[in-house]
Amino acid sequence: MNFDLNEDRRILSDTLEKFLRDKYPIEKRLEYSQSEHGFSAQMWQEFADLGIIGALFSEEVGGFGGHGDDLMVVFEQLGKALVVEPFLSTGALSGTILSAVDSDLIEGVISGQTQISLAHSEPGSRYDLAYVTSSARQQGEEWIVNGHKSVVLGAGSADKLIVSARTSGAVEDEHGISLFLVDAIASGVELRSYSTIDGYGAADVMLTNSPAKLLGEKDSAFSLIELAHARAIVAVCSQCLGACEIAKDMTVEYMHTRKQFGVIIGKFQVLQHRMADVLIELEQMRSSIINAAGFLDDHRDLREKHCSAAKNLTGRAGRQIAEEAIQIHGGIAMTWEASVSHYAKHIIMIDHLFGDTDHHLERYIELS
Amino acid sequence: MDLGYSESEIAYRDEVRDFLATKLPKRISDLVKNGKRLTKRDYEEWQTILNEKGWLAPSWPPEWGGAGWSAVQKHIFEEECCRAGAPRILPFGLGMLAPVLIKFGTEQQKSHYLPRILDGTDWWCQGYSEPGAGSDLASLKTKAERQGDHYIVNGQKTWTTLGQYADWIFCLVRTSNEGKRQEGISFLLIDMKTPGIEVRPIILLDGEHEVNELFFTDVKVPVENLVGEENMGWTYAKYLLTHERTGTAGIGFSNAALEHLKTIASTQMKSGRPLKQDPYFAARMAKAEIDLEAMKTTNLRVLTQADSGAAPGPESSMLKIKGTVIRQEINDLARRALGPYALPFVSEALDEGYNESPIGPDYANPIAADYFNNRKLSIFAGSNEIQRGIISKTKLGL
Repeated sequence: MNFDLNEDRRILSDTLEKFLRDKYPIEKRLEYSQSEHGFSAQMWQEFADLGIIGALFSEEVGGFGGHGDDLMVVFEQLGKALVVEPFLSTGALSGTILSAVDSDLIEGVISGQTQISLAHSEPGSRYDLAYVTSSARQQGEEWIVNGHKSVVLGAGSADKLIVSARTSGAVEDEHGISLFLVDAIASGVELRSYSTIDGYGAADVMLTNSPAKLLGEKDSAFSLIELAHARAIVAVCSQCLGACEIAKDMTVEYMHTRKQFGVIIGKFQVLQHRMADVLIELEQMRSSIINAAGFLDDHRDLREKHCSAAKNLTGRAGRQIAEEAIQIHGGIAMTWEASVSHYAKHIIMIDHLFGDTDHHLERYIELS
Repeated sequence: MDLGYSESEIAYRDEVRDFLATKLPKRISDLVKNGKRLTKRDYEEWQTILNEKGWLAPSWPPEWGGAGWSAVQKHIFEEECCRAGAPRILPFGLGMLAPVLIKFGTEQQKSHYLPRILDGTDWWCQGYSEPGAGSDLASLKTKAERQGDHYIVNGQKTWTTLGQYADWIFCLVRTSNEGKRQEGISFLLIDMKTPGIEVRPIILLDGEHEVNELFFTDVKVPVENLVGEENMGWTYAKYLLTHERTGTAGIGFSNAALEHLKTIASTQMKSGRPLKQDPYFAARMAKAEIDLEAMKTTNLRVLTQADSGAAPGPESSMLKIKGTVIRQEINDLARRALGPYALPFVSEALDEGYNESPIGPDYANPIAADYFNNRKLSIFAGSNEIQRGIISKTKLGL
């Protein structure tokens, strides 16, 4: 048993942290987030050149990482700077799927040339991964896909979409789901793009008789979709951890400087004790993510149980940390200008990605 | 990072399991598993067995008979002992006094007291709290005045756990009223047989005689029983407390309590199905389990860091708070799981050899008493509020 990062990962973490400190101050982040595509294409290229995208892929497919630890290290740093480039969609979600079924595309992803989003969830699916109504049918050599995909992260800037669609079975069956590669500019692909409330690019995607290429085996994509979400959970929880670290630091700093009743507010015991609890919950969050990352390559039930535990605990702790950050800052945290508000928004909204606290508590019980 | 046990750790765990399977008397583990009362003899019997194996003092340096275990080994040992139903190892001599003696005591004190702690010759108790000095420990008033080769001790101590059995007590006493309150405190070792010491039982809310109050009237203590320097006792006391708190994460106890809770929730029925299938109850159990699983990793992260030399600092306060909160939550769930049968309580049924049939399920009798008894967890060893104060001061700089 050993909780230390190895030398390579320490270097990766330090390099990325320094890079973000120099290149990604909160003003830049807000500028990228509010730009046309919701991120900076130039920054994405710089991340690629630095090897950060490659760190999310295993050596077998041309990367130099891809383990749970790598996801943790990279996404924690990305969370500290609230990075808006499409790491979750292209890196964690699509990356997992491509690694299993179409590694030819990975070179372009790692080099920053290609962005690929996973279009899986649907208006009625909530967090149920087996709920797929979109359908695909074969027409000669080609496949045709129809459906409505909701809140597809990074879709607006994606060159290609990985679309899940039903090739057999009923709406909530695990069996009968297949994955397809669809060109973003293919006929019948319509995007309604938007920014999420915490500043990340996403879109609802309508597919009408869109031409598609089957990825992997027909009907049996569910377990791969589940694995992609397990890795995305480790990634997004780590991102939350990084954001929580900064929100905590900002709040402690504020407690040292803000004066009321003639003293710094950090002198008030009621605030001190609540921040002590924030510190404890942060450590608990980190521990649960370490557990999930450590079991990512283990057998399915164990992996999923630890992922659900991490997502549940991260959601609960994250809410506490974000709400305390706002409350202790007081009115100023209600403003756009105060950067803590952007951290708080992201921490809270992460609970809505890949299953919230309630969903994962229920799932944890099922897996117990 | 690697979350799995290494081959040598697995081999060690198997060795511990084998040892417990063959050496832990079934009579004793039955008492523990059924929540029965343990006598002084029961504790001593188990500690003698551990000492014969050389496993009684895992944290001591090997030259004093310690096992020289890593943090992970200690964790495994604690987990396996709790799982097997071993009695808790009483910390007063082994886990509290000994680290202080090893760090601050004279060679004579070490070579005299440490072996006697190991072989059970001396049963130690702790003399910290006073009626007017609870969380505010530095306000203690028990006075020790130097007269020639002796200190004359007068005052009162309280919450002395199992002091009714003790041969010796380590005490914080006031030797000076000058300067800051913390600067006039000394650390004294006192023979409980010395004239002028009176032990009176305090009966706790569960009806048990676990703690006592102690009265000192002109008690003569030889000066060589002073540990370290006069008026430096606060430093030693704080050192002891960080050791005390790491233990109070109580992961092994929480583990065992959660397993017991699951058994109860599988057999208690609600609307024709086991309670554990009730969505609301299941959700609370699952939350406690998720928190405990994370806590195990938090605990190990802190302990493995401490392995590399750093003394446990404010992290031990974090472990103490979260560890006790989780344990108390499990106690609360166990009490609720029983429904109305949490109410009957037959004190005599806690004694070994009680033969009458139980009222309600056979596991029910001690559950509510345990819940009440374990409210102490967030109060003792520095209340959880004191711990938050420590975190705030040392980690937040406030």
